[in-house]
Amino acid sequence: MTNLEKYNQAFIECFEIGEDQLEGLEYQAIPTWDSVGHMGLIAALEDAFDIMMDTDDIIDLSSYEKGKEILAKYNVEF
Amino acid sequence: MQSTMWSFKGLGNAVAAIADNGEQITYAQLAEFEEQLRASVGRALVFNLCTNSIGSLAGYAAMINTHIVPVMIAAELDKSLLAELIEEYLPQYLWVPAESKPSYVNSKEVFSSYGYSLLSTGYKACELYDELALLLTTSGSTGSFKLVRQSYQNIKANTESIVEYLHLDATERPITTLPMNYTYGLSIINTHLYVGATILLTDKTLAQREFWNFFKEQKATSFGGVPYTYEILKKLRFFRMDLPSLRYMTQAGGKLMPELHKEFAEDSISKGRDFIIMYGQTEATARMAYLPAEKSLEKYGSMGIAIPGGRFELIDVNGELITEPDVVGELVYYGANVTLGYSECIEDLKKGDERDGKLVTGDMAKMDADGFFYIVGRKKRFLKMFGKRVNLDEIDRLMKAQYDNIDCASDGVDDSLYLFLTDKNLLEEARKYISDKININISAVHSVFVAAIPKNDSGKTLYSELKKLF
Repeated sequence: MTNLEKYNQAFIECFEIGEDQLEGLEYQAIPTWDSVGHMGLIAALEDAFDIMMDTDDIIDLSSYEKGKEILAKYNVEF
Repeated sequence: MQSTMWSFKGLGNAVAAIADNGEQITYAQLAEFEEQLRASVGRALVFNLCTNSIGSLAGYAAMINTHIVPVMIAAELDKSLLAELIEEYLPQYLWVPAESKPSYVNSKEVFSSYGYSLLSTGYKACELYDELALLLTTSGSTGSFKLVRQSYQNIKANTESIVEYLHLDATERPITTLPMNYTYGLSIINTHLYVGATILLTDKTLAQREFWNFFKEQKATSFGGVPYTYEILKKLRFFRMDLPSLRYMTQAGGKLMPELHKEFAEDSISKGRDFIIMYGQTEATARMAYLPAEKSLEKYGSMGIAIPGGRFELIDVNGELITEPDVVGELVYYGANVTLGYSECIEDLKKGDERDGKLVTGDMAKMDADGFFYIVGRKKRFLKMFGKRVNLDEIDRLMKAQYDNIDCASDGVDDSLYLFLTDKNLLEEARKYISDKININISAVHSVFVAAIPKNDSGKTLYSELKKLF
């Protein structure tokens, strides 16, 4: 799997949505992306890329696109 | 009927609340708003569609002070459930966020203030028991009409008790982490208005940057949290955060895992903060017990002792009082904060006090030799899902009504609900349906296929068998 596929997979599985919903997706825009879903997403991303995210990054990850920027800091390239 | 709950006038230009959008309201403005409401509305039933905002707060506070009875409802409650509640209780007024006004086509605006609108529904006044102050939902999510009836005396007694044991004063600045339609969130508001403190209002969650910016800019001194709040905080590496303004934290809404309790107790001690575990129910207005901060580590895992003015008893299966330590029994609470009773329909609003200061909690507990209580289980079938009470019998009913050709049942542990169905093809749909209905994240709702729901000879579901499947 490519990094993008892994990244997408984390969103799709955590929020139980389709790939077509990913673009532009933001925190609280769908019922499954609430604080419970958010912590699930963080755990899934940390697992998929074998990283430990900082507090600032966890609370800044407010959209699908923003998450890619943040993961770049952990040397995850898309 | 008693005099007013809070005296805002005397507090003058002290700031009562600050919202995350920068809006503020002073105690003098609260007093003015109270007069405006008093001039337009007599004793009546009003649905307050709650958000953590100035308008919602001012509306609530003024209603209590002017003896208008608010029914506190989450603003995001499913529209069809809200319509059903309105149809049952026929409130004369609605207090709603101004932007949602157009969705109430049959109502007329009386006035609008602080971003909220008072709408008149045209329903006739119903009979309300003289001492009835407030109505709160118990689960608030499964479309149940069951409300808890709280009196002025209930709110006053619980407020004074909490102010005493938390040593609150006007310098406090609590930040909201819970909705005000939830009894725990509301008790934070009640107590801080009582001491003339400044409440920091936000609907942002701990998982958002905006929450922490607001926290730091406004120098929050305290917050409350349900068990899940503390799990998030740990994940956010809260122990490493620099929050010099924070004085104390409280926890209620379900039992915190003892290990987590211990970690937060240790961290709080090292930082010179208080960590206070509490226990309560909507049926007791809000709080019944607290674990004093100085005992938080020594007695971790305990829910503490009765609040000032209250007391507990443990009762065994034969109805006898337990006097020995470490014997499990049902927890019974006595105090002036024990609410009047429930209401399931509009006629119930004229009912008086049905409990007479005694609440059988439905929680199983034991007491140690020093008199500290520990919750060990529940008598009734419900779960706490992220602090919200979810009644499992109601889940069963919801599923049975939706899927009439199959058999189904539910069970689970706190923060994890399990649905059991006899049709493989409905597993995914049922999860979505229930998670939607009760407004709980779908990742916490699991479904399991069973060939048949296990039952005993008299046809009662054997939940103990289902428990083996998760």
